[in-house]
Amino acid sequence: MSLAPPLLAVEGLTKSYGGIHAVRGVSFSLRAGEILALIGPNGAGKSTCFDMLNGQNRPDSGHVRLLGEETTGKKPRDIWRMGVGRTFQITATFATMTVRENVQVALISHGKQLFNLWGSAPDVDRGEAGRLLELVGMGGYADRPCGELAYGDLKRLELAVALANDPKLLLMDEPTAGMAPRERVELMRLTAQIAKEKSIGVLFTEHDMDVVFEHADRIIVLNRGTLIAEGSPAEVRGNPQVQAVYLGEGLLYEGGHREGASA
Amino acid sequence: MAFYVVQFLTGLASAASLFLVASGLSIIFGVTRIVNFAHGAFYMIGAYIAFTLTERFSGAFGFWGGVLAAALAVALIGVLVEMVLLRRIYHAPELFQLLGTFGLTLMVEDLVVLIWGPDDLVGRRAPGFKGAVDFFGQNIPSYDLFLIALGPVVLGILWLLFQRTRWGVLVRAATQDRDMVAALGVNQKWLFTSVFAVGVFLAALGGALQIPRDAVHHAMDLRIIVEVFVVVVIGGLGSIVGAFVAAVLVSELNAFGILIFPKISIILVFLVMAVVLIVRPWGLFGKPEAAARKTPGLTVNPWRPLTSNERLASLAAFVVAAMLPLFAGNYALTVGSEIAIFVIFAVSLHFLMSVGGLASFGHAAYFGLGAYGVAFLAKMAGLPMIVCLLLGPLLGCMGAAIFGFFAVQLSGVYFAMLTLAFAQIVWSIAFQWVSVTGGDNGILGVWPASWAASPSHFYWLALGVAALVTIALRIAVFSPFGYALRATRDSLLRSEAVGIDAKRVQWTAFVIAGTTAGIGGALFAYLKGSVFPDNLGISLSVDALVMVLLGGVETVSGAVIGAIVYKALNIWLVSQTDLSKLVLGGFIVLIVVVFPKGIVGMLEMLAQRRRKSSPPGSSLLAKPIESAE
Amino acid sequence: MRARNSFVGAAFALLAAGMGHSALAEDIKIGEINSYSLLPSFTEPYRKGWQLAVEEINASGGINGKKLVVVSKDDGGKPADAQTAANELVSSEGVAMLTGTFLSNIGLAVSDFANQKKVFFLAAEPLTDAVTWAKGNKYTFRLRPSNYMQAAMLVEAASKLPAKRWATIAPNYEYGQSAVAVFKKLMSEKRPDIQWVDEQWPPQGKIDAGPVVQAVAQANPEAILNVTFGPDLVKLVREGNTRGLFKGREVVSFLTGEPEYLDPLKEETPEGWIVTGYPWYSIKTPEHDAFLKAYQAKYNDYPRLGSIVGYQTIKAAAAILAKAGSTDTDKMIAAAEGLSMPSPFGEITFRKIDHQSTLGAFVGKTAQKDGKGVMVDTSYKKGSDYLPSDAEVEKLRPKE
Repeated sequence: MSLAPPLLAVEGLTKSYGGIHAVRGVSFSLRAGEILALIGPNGAGKSTCFDMLNGQNRPDSGHVRLLGEETTGKKPRDIWRMGVGRTFQITATFATMTVRENVQVALISHGKQLFNLWGSAPDVDRGEAGRLLELVGMGGYADRPCGELAYGDLKRLELAVALANDPKLLLMDEPTAGMAPRERVELMRLTAQIAKEKSIGVLFTEHDMDVVFEHADRIIVLNRGTLIAEGSPAEVRGNPQVQAVYLGEGLLYEGGHREGASA
Repeated sequence: MAFYVVQFLTGLASAASLFLVASGLSIIFGVTRIVNFAHGAFYMIGAYIAFTLTERFSGAFGFWGGVLAAALAVALIGVLVEMVLLRRIYHAPELFQLLGTFGLTLMVEDLVVLIWGPDDLVGRRAPGFKGAVDFFGQNIPSYDLFLIALGPVVLGILWLLFQRTRWGVLVRAATQDRDMVAALGVNQKWLFTSVFAVGVFLAALGGALQIPRDAVHHAMDLRIIVEVFVVVVIGGLGSIVGAFVAAVLVSELNAFGILIFPKISIILVFLVMAVVLIVRPWGLFGKPEAAARKTPGLTVNPWRPLTSNERLASLAAFVVAAMLPLFAGNYALTVGSEIAIFVIFAVSLHFLMSVGGLASFGHAAYFGLGAYGVAFLAKMAGLPMIVCLLLGPLLGCMGAAIFGFFAVQLSGVYFAMLTLAFAQIVWSIAFQWVSVTGGDNGILGVWPASWAASPSHFYWLALGVAALVTIALRIAVFSPFGYALRATRDSLLRSEAVGIDAKRVQWTAFVIAGTTAGIGGALFAYLKGSVFPDNLGISLSVDALVMVLLGGVETVSGAVIGAIVYKALNIWLVSQTDLSKLVLGGFIVLIVVVFPKGIVGMLEMLAQRRRKSSPPGSSLLAKPIESAE
Repeated sequence: MRARNSFVGAAFALLAAGMGHSALAEDIKIGEINSYSLLPSFTEPYRKGWQLAVEEINASGGINGKKLVVVSKDDGGKPADAQTAANELVSSEGVAMLTGTFLSNIGLAVSDFANQKKVFFLAAEPLTDAVTWAKGNKYTFRLRPSNYMQAAMLVEAASKLPAKRWATIAPNYEYGQSAVAVFKKLMSEKRPDIQWVDEQWPPQGKIDAGPVVQAVAQANPEAILNVTFGPDLVKLVREGNTRGLFKGREVVSFLTGEPEYLDPLKEETPEGWIVTGYPWYSIKTPEHDAFLKAYQAKYNDYPRLGSIVGYQTIKAAAAILAKAGSTDTDKMIAAAEGLSMPSPFGEITFRKIDHQSTLGAFVGKTAQKDGKGVMVDTSYKKGSDYLPSDAEVEKLRPKE
């Protein structure tokens, strides 16, 4: 037990819509360098939970603290400024800009240069942008228009963008949705490697159980808005409650896509 | 009491005509996303054809048959327009269709005068609805009662059409998600054509039904188009019920408003729209737009600063332009100054519209405020020209700061319409506040100081300022701020997720664009020696849009070229022919069809194609952009 | 990206714009500007009028032996475009003087341009009093009877009506506002007993006639002053007829007797309105007969008021040029001040004091004849009888 606060501490997170509890009393924590998967069947409250972490959604009650500092009620951009990078289930990039420019925008924002009207943006943090792109294996694509990229490459670009503010925590919403199996493995391996090297905590939701069990250090399971299990992959796999939930759904999830994510 | 009932019914009758036209516009926009500027033109043609038919064929059958036949005939014209013109440009950048339909409108305004002559035409009254019905001593025209009944009937028919037919289901689906319908394997082409035909039919019917109460004339289109847009937006885009409620709301507020404020009509609809949009950003019955899908075929040609060769070439061109006074006369120099000023105006809108993705329909407000700023300073404070030029644009800056704050809370067409509302409010203040602004007679005698008075000096001044402004905005485009602005345009979600306060960035861009437009306006005041409410008017705002679109909205230099081509052509045509609108409109339509990416966009595409054909093609397949969003 | 093209393009555009028309040195050129594309119902007859004048002048030997050429430009109804046109005419065409314009704000814009560039300007139509008074200048003259004059002519007839409760309907812009203001002022001077019970200000071109008519009827006036014209007038008249607004009420109306506005009304024409206008069918003077015959022979159409304005504008310009014997601006001004000349309405004079011509207007009552609107009981009102005293005018005009 260390006295320092954990990287991410979630306490009693609750959100209801019209009397229906989407998320109820969820608590967990995350250490630096740890990769935590948030899983659960459809409608379990994963997305709601996730949105409350990144500021898209405000909890009815409960707390989210990043290194002891409260993030609930803050806007996504402020949470980002606290050192939280994120990727989206359906990629969100700047389609008319080049791959490098996409990263540069994030770097410009990180360097608080957003209202600089005079500088030459193409030269801002060019080297750093290049390094980040190299890191995710996109070095050769720097000058391509982002709109031309294949879907898997866009996911990797998002990772580079998410790393631009030197984050302490990465929030990845279904990072591998819509990707081919081989690409999934690559992306998660890359993510894990970066997380370990830079000691970044990673929280991700995922439908693909292969990805989850292979890459997560720890797994938390949501069902009907409440946390039903928490532990190592082996523990979770052996948890009868979890098995019941997933068997109730008919199968242990594999590679489910949500609509709209098709490439 | 009877009076108020009758006034209410009168308001309903006005609402009915407005609703017919508005519903058509709403349907067209909902499905095709076309800002159909030509809707008023179809309304007008409907009235003209109905006039001809009802004059020729007598009796009740002749009248009602004529009205229906006119609406059908115009719907047929609409089909033709859709197939020949619009079909080619659905995949052009957003709002490019506006340019095409604007060109059509210009043409129609001249064509109707050529066909039907210059006189105002007064048609027959409707058989069976000629008189009035007595209501406790108040007269209600029976035709008003007919219209009052017609409104809900049309609403009902449309409702049935949308709820009970397969076509209607498809239309509703397409209103919500255009791509989904395409994915369903529906023949999108014919769906669009039929929707356009129905919309145009309603517009023409609305026009034809005006025959018994209005005069048919060549400016009918402009009288209705803006108002109808406002009604559609107040109601919520794509919502027929919304259009109906908004039409009633606006008409009743007007009917009762004039009892207390007889001068309210001129601004009422815009006030209502501004209030509604600030309180309900998607109109009364509208739904939040699904995350704005980028226009398919959006350029994948990234922007880059000029290469050193291009810089040299630009400099050379500038030097050539600066030598114009050596061989051109005073008139050419004055035209040159005007073009330079419009370059400033166009690049200012470009910054907002192309870089920021915020298409303002009321950009003239800030141009005009700059002009009025100068006029106030020069005429009231008696300040010297150079001081006026420096301080005048601040009025544009202030206006942009105030209105921009509210406007950037919205996006897309709602943003456009709120900027239009603000511009109209500013316009009506300039128009009404006679003691300060001189009303429509304007402020005269704002002539340049002697150092700038000669045409060549003024030309150099305008050219120099235009060059500085163009360069400054170009620097801004490639500055960190420019990147941030483009980021907010491309993806609000992502920009928020990388710490960008999108609203603040957009607001800043709005203020920059407004101030820059104000600089153009300030120079314009001195060029013309006077300031009029026209300088803030809708038609000037439309000119700015046209210039940006014509040059190519996806390019960095498009606005400059667009402004030069459009303004030079416009001045030349107005000087050469009374049919300048016909020729200019035809030219615009041609450009739209031939260069769907605008003039500069086209040049870039050609250049790129040449570049691409030399090295072997890239291994990456260009993927449609939707998959990335 | 291709900024260089922009500047090359600019240069070409300017070159194109700079190419003027070469004219023969011995011709005298007059520049003419009007809202041809915006207001064709007025400007088409107007154009025919001035073309007839040009033909007549040249047929009788031109101006002091030189041929008269009129270079005509459209202003599209925009003051800024009118100035561009004025500039082209003066700088590029080298015209001796500017004439024309319809809308008041355009008239003022061109007048201010004339003042700045020291060019002679003969305003044809713009009615605002400001052209010759508040914003009058040395270089600007005006042909048509102003707002004030027409108001005064109407007040003469209106003040004799027994009505005490008056309402006004006027388009919401300077013309409408000043017409109402002058009418009220002059009426109240003659008839301190009258009350103004309602005023309606529909936006020009966008009247929502039903509610306006209802609102006026609710105030229950005994008489109504109307200043709307064109399509607004049509809507107002139609609604008013249907709702019985004009029944038992006197109506006094600006310009309604002009064929441009009266003819479209056909069987809707209200009976007995007191109006200013142009009853071309009932003017029996030799001057007008000659004009009418020539006009009908040339165009096989009857003249509108615009025809008279166009015709007389160019006739007046020619008379001024002939007397000045030069195209020097100061000489033309000197020649024009106090110059008298014939017109289809009889002799007119350009007053030295304010550069207003004494062209008058006809006042009469509207009536229907064979399903068409006409003016009856007409009489010609000389402009000179309806202008304020010289002392008052002196006060109105800015000091040079």
